[in-house]
Amino acid sequence: MEMVWITISALLTLAIFSFLYKDNPIYKFAEHLLVGASAGYYFVIYFFNSVKPNLIDEVVKNHHLIPLIPGFLGFLILFRLSRKYGWLSRWSIAFYIGTGMGIYIPVAMQANIIEQLRGTMVETGKVGEPPLFNISSFSLLFSDFNWHNLILAINGPILIIGVLCTLAYFFFSKPHKGALGKFAKVGITFLMVGFGASFGYTVMARVSLLIGRMDFLVNTWFRQLFGL
Amino acid sequence: MKNLLDKFLKMDRRYIFFLVALGVIIPLIVPIGLPVDITKPVKDVYDAIDSLPEGSYVIISLDYDPATIPELDPMAYAILRHCFRKNLKVITMTLLPAGPGVAEMATKTCAKLENKKYGEDYVFLGYKVGVSAVILGIGEDIRIPFPQDYYGTSIDDLPMMKGYKNYDDTEIVITISGTNVPASWVAYAHQRYHVNVASGVTAVMAADFYPYLQTGQMVGLIGGLKGAAEYEKLVGVPGKAFVGMDAQSIIHSLIIILIIIGNIAYFIVRKSKKEGVG
Repeated sequence: MEMVWITISALLTLAIFSFLYKDNPIYKFAEHLLVGASAGYYFVIYFFNSVKPNLIDEVVKNHHLIPLIPGFLGFLILFRLSRKYGWLSRWSIAFYIGTGMGIYIPVAMQANIIEQLRGTMVETGKVGEPPLFNISSFSLLFSDFNWHNLILAINGPILIIGVLCTLAYFFFSKPHKGALGKFAKVGITFLMVGFGASFGYTVMARVSLLIGRMDFLVNTWFRQLFGL
Repeated sequence: MKNLLDKFLKMDRRYIFFLVALGVIIPLIVPIGLPVDITKPVKDVYDAIDSLPEGSYVIISLDYDPATIPELDPMAYAILRHCFRKNLKVITMTLLPAGPGVAEMATKTCAKLENKKYGEDYVFLGYKVGVSAVILGIGEDIRIPFPQDYYGTSIDDLPMMKGYKNYDDTEIVITISGTNVPASWVAYAHQRYHVNVASGVTAVMAADFYPYLQTGQMVGLIGGLKGAAEYEKLVGVPGKAFVGMDAQSIIHSLIIILIIIGNIAYFIVRKSKKEGVG
């Protein structure tokens, strides 16, 4: 029986890959099957993990009435389907966004701004660590010149210059001319290096997914099918 | 020469697809065994787990779904096996709705391979809706978001969970994800409850999380199939990531060659067209 499921999975993978040659009905079938199965799966998962335990069970079994309030707000979302009463859904969305932002903003400020600012000032961002622009690392470099000490000395200054120049690029209150323009140009260079790294990682990720499916086709399906 | 380059630029892209397919399939059938070097962010994750005393509680949040299995399954398996070999108390869960099947399979398979017993050495809590609410809830008491495990057993009836309450009892949280969920673990679990967080992510997401390493908000980072292969090597369980690295290296070389040839051809053809017009 397991072999049947493996074969179905392999055939569906090949059906999706067939799009690389050209669009065709077999690909369309596999695509629609994926969308349909995913929609059904997500509906069941959300219902049995959220609606049933948090609303139905709480009200019916435990006789707690408070969950009826978020339940009612959730019900209002469905009014988005109506042109006449669509505005009712805004109440739920406002509540959702309000609480979400209230929870997220303080921790996001700490995690993504304050800690990152500290990270551009001191090594590893921990209190008591030496500053990123560390003069002593330069004196170490001049006394003992090697690759490790060179990287150690220039790492911090590159990071600081990169941050400042990139911020200069996103400063739009003044035309990018003169000194600001030069800083902004350096900032663009840092941005391009960042985008290049991201693109390289993206290529690696996509190739990894291909390897995963090919490994399944070659080493799982094909070998089992022919008893290799 | 110009005609040849012009033809190259107009080449049917299906030839490239065919070359890529060959570049992946051949090393999978005939492995080359290219070396895998260990990088510091991956070693840091390994050291953080390896230095824990026996019986320490570890939360492994397997926040990925079938779409990212090829990249994330190998690192999940390697980390789980490492934790089990160190006799740590492993709590696994998922914050993605399509994650329970994948997370359960990874947990069960690794536990079986390392002869671990459910409820005593590890528990699987399954999925709960609401990423931030779940992470914050565990900070107060894990029984708030997860009163029961995935199989409906009360948390208090599981022997392993008797002495466990919240992040104060947790040595490290490891989140494996192809989404932005690790950022939530950093923001809520690390910033608010000061628990150590390490992460394994898809290569696409890796660049986004490097700033958290610089600041010490993450103790380590495993990025993509390469990171997974490094971890497999460190644990000594070469698996699918290790096998895939040959294909990865060949395809990367092919892409680099095609990009270089494509750019050279583009500039030569453009220059000759300009000269022709002039």
